[in-house]
Amino acid sequence: MMGHVPLSWFLMLSAVLFSLGVAGFIFRRNIITMFMSIELILNAVNLTFITFAYQRQQVAGHLLAFFVMVVAAAEAAVGLAIILTVFKNRETLNIDDLDSMKN
Amino acid sequence: MPASPIFNPTDLIRFLPEIILTAMGTLIMVLDPLLNRRESKVYGTLSLATLLAAILAAIYAYSDAGPAFGGMLIVDGFATFFRVLVLGVGILTILPSFSFLKRQQAETSEFHALLLFSIAGQSIMAAANDLIIIFIGLEISSIASYILAGYLRDDKRANEAALKYFLLGSFATGFFLYGVALIYGETGSINLSVVHAVVTGPDAPLPVMVGLAAALMFVGLAFKVSASPFQIWAPDVYQGAPTPVSAFLSAGPKAAAFAIFLRIFMTAFAPIGHAWAPLVWASALLSMTIGNFAALLQTNVKRMLAYSSIAHAGYVMVALASRSEVGIAAAMFYLAAYACMNVGAFAVVSHLSGKGERYQSIEDFAGLAQKQPFVAAMLSIFLLSLIGVPLTGGFFGKFYIFKAALESHLVWLTVLGLLNSAVAAYYYLRLLVMMYFRDPGEAASSAEPLTPAFSAALILPAIGTLVLGIFPGWVLDFAGRSASLVK
Repeated sequence: MMGHVPLSWFLMLSAVLFSLGVAGFIFRRNIITMFMSIELILNAVNLTFITFAYQRQQVAGHLLAFFVMVVAAAEAAVGLAIILTVFKNRETLNIDDLDSMKN
Repeated sequence: MPASPIFNPTDLIRFLPEIILTAMGTLIMVLDPLLNRRESKVYGTLSLATLLAAILAAIYAYSDAGPAFGGMLIVDGFATFFRVLVLGVGILTILPSFSFLKRQQAETSEFHALLLFSIAGQSIMAAANDLIIIFIGLEISSIASYILAGYLRDDKRANEAALKYFLLGSFATGFFLYGVALIYGETGSINLSVVHAVVTGPDAPLPVMVGLAAALMFVGLAFKVSASPFQIWAPDVYQGAPTPVSAFLSAGPKAAAFAIFLRIFMTAFAPIGHAWAPLVWASALLSMTIGNFAALLQTNVKRMLAYSSIAHAGYVMVALASRSEVGIAAAMFYLAAYACMNVGAFAVVSHLSGKGERYQSIEDFAGLAQKQPFVAAMLSIFLLSLIGVPLTGGFFGKFYIFKAALESHLVWLTVLGLLNSAVAAYYYLRLLVMMYFRDPGEAASSAEPLTPAFSAALILPAIGTLVLGIFPGWVLDFAGRSASLVK
């Protein structure tokens, strides 16, 4: 299967996903969308790890992807809880409305 | 090869500080429902004992220094220095938090458990010699501190601080990880020593690719140490987070992040040093300038200290820009001095802030010297050290950093850095004037009497600041001996 698709395409796809994640984080104003952009970045990283692991025929790269997934899950749990408390206190999910600390 | 790779006693002893921290953190969370009384004194005392035990374990582990877990961790002088530093910051965070948490009616076990977990992550970062272990340590430290920043969950500012810290922190982690993935692809390894060997070896990957990976990691780490141009989160987070947590964030995670910054860039990426040095140079200058000039304009003390902490990150970046062992030693010394003086200054802010953290503006420090001369005297020591007055740790910290920079021919950076420290004197002195030459206001009059734990929280960092300023050789000798990192 993989033989038909050059490995560089996977790397390019992950670079595109990474850039989309960065762009989404910077340009979108909804907190949940920003959070999803971060997840996209992490998935781009995972794709890169898997591609390189396949290229080098090493199991290490696969393991790294698992570590990233576990950490991403922990981060999502904490992140969503924080987003929830923000929403409870302010009833908004627009990042521009969070400006209570400007001098 | 040992019979069992998992329960090799040497490895476990070298990993003992982290084992103690995580075990006790978990125990505190388990004890909470069993003890049936939500009083943080028990948990606080337990955490203090844990941190002391972990310091002893870190020192004991150093008596038999070497790598652990197949080179994933490395216990050397550098690791031990930063382990003791972050554990010490933990102690200095817990001591003022007793009275703070009581005043905010927020005494829980979670605060202490999360603090221990966060410190465990930083301790792993200090000793990690493998990019994925660094990543895991970084995340253990960060995830726990995201929660700590929003610990007062009904406080709007704390929510906002936690959210901003979380979003930008995870974003930065994404950059760091993408750099790790590229390094893995280019060199086939994530062990710093192996990466160094491959990069300098005959089958070296394209310098452009290594440079790209280094740049991505630089972005991620610069976020974590709040160096320009990635410092935007710091003022909001330090201002909004509960004050003891701000103190912790400005010292512990920052020191640990600088530890991995130094270790990665001075080992794995040392061969391409000429490529990243200009980047660090610019970041150092920007951090110092933005931090100091923005701090001039602040009226909120926590926000002012946040900008000053950006400036101090800039000074440490100067040490990194010098790319020498003298520079590493200077950075280590500076981070120790900075931890003492900054945590001390934040402790005074937390003492004065009152219920609901109402009093945070510079005017609220008016007349503190009349009402509580001891607190004012301690804050003066910290502020003078932050300025860099002789006989304080801050002076020798800056002295060694700029000396290292001059030895590496960074004349302009030194000149601009020194001009910057002159600017910084203004906003620290403004606070001193406020304390000593104004009539007491509402905040100083209503400040609570000192508790023994809080007095210790002021005296210990003051002693640290003065010892570093009067006998700098003690720490600097150790730092100098530890600065030759394993490559």
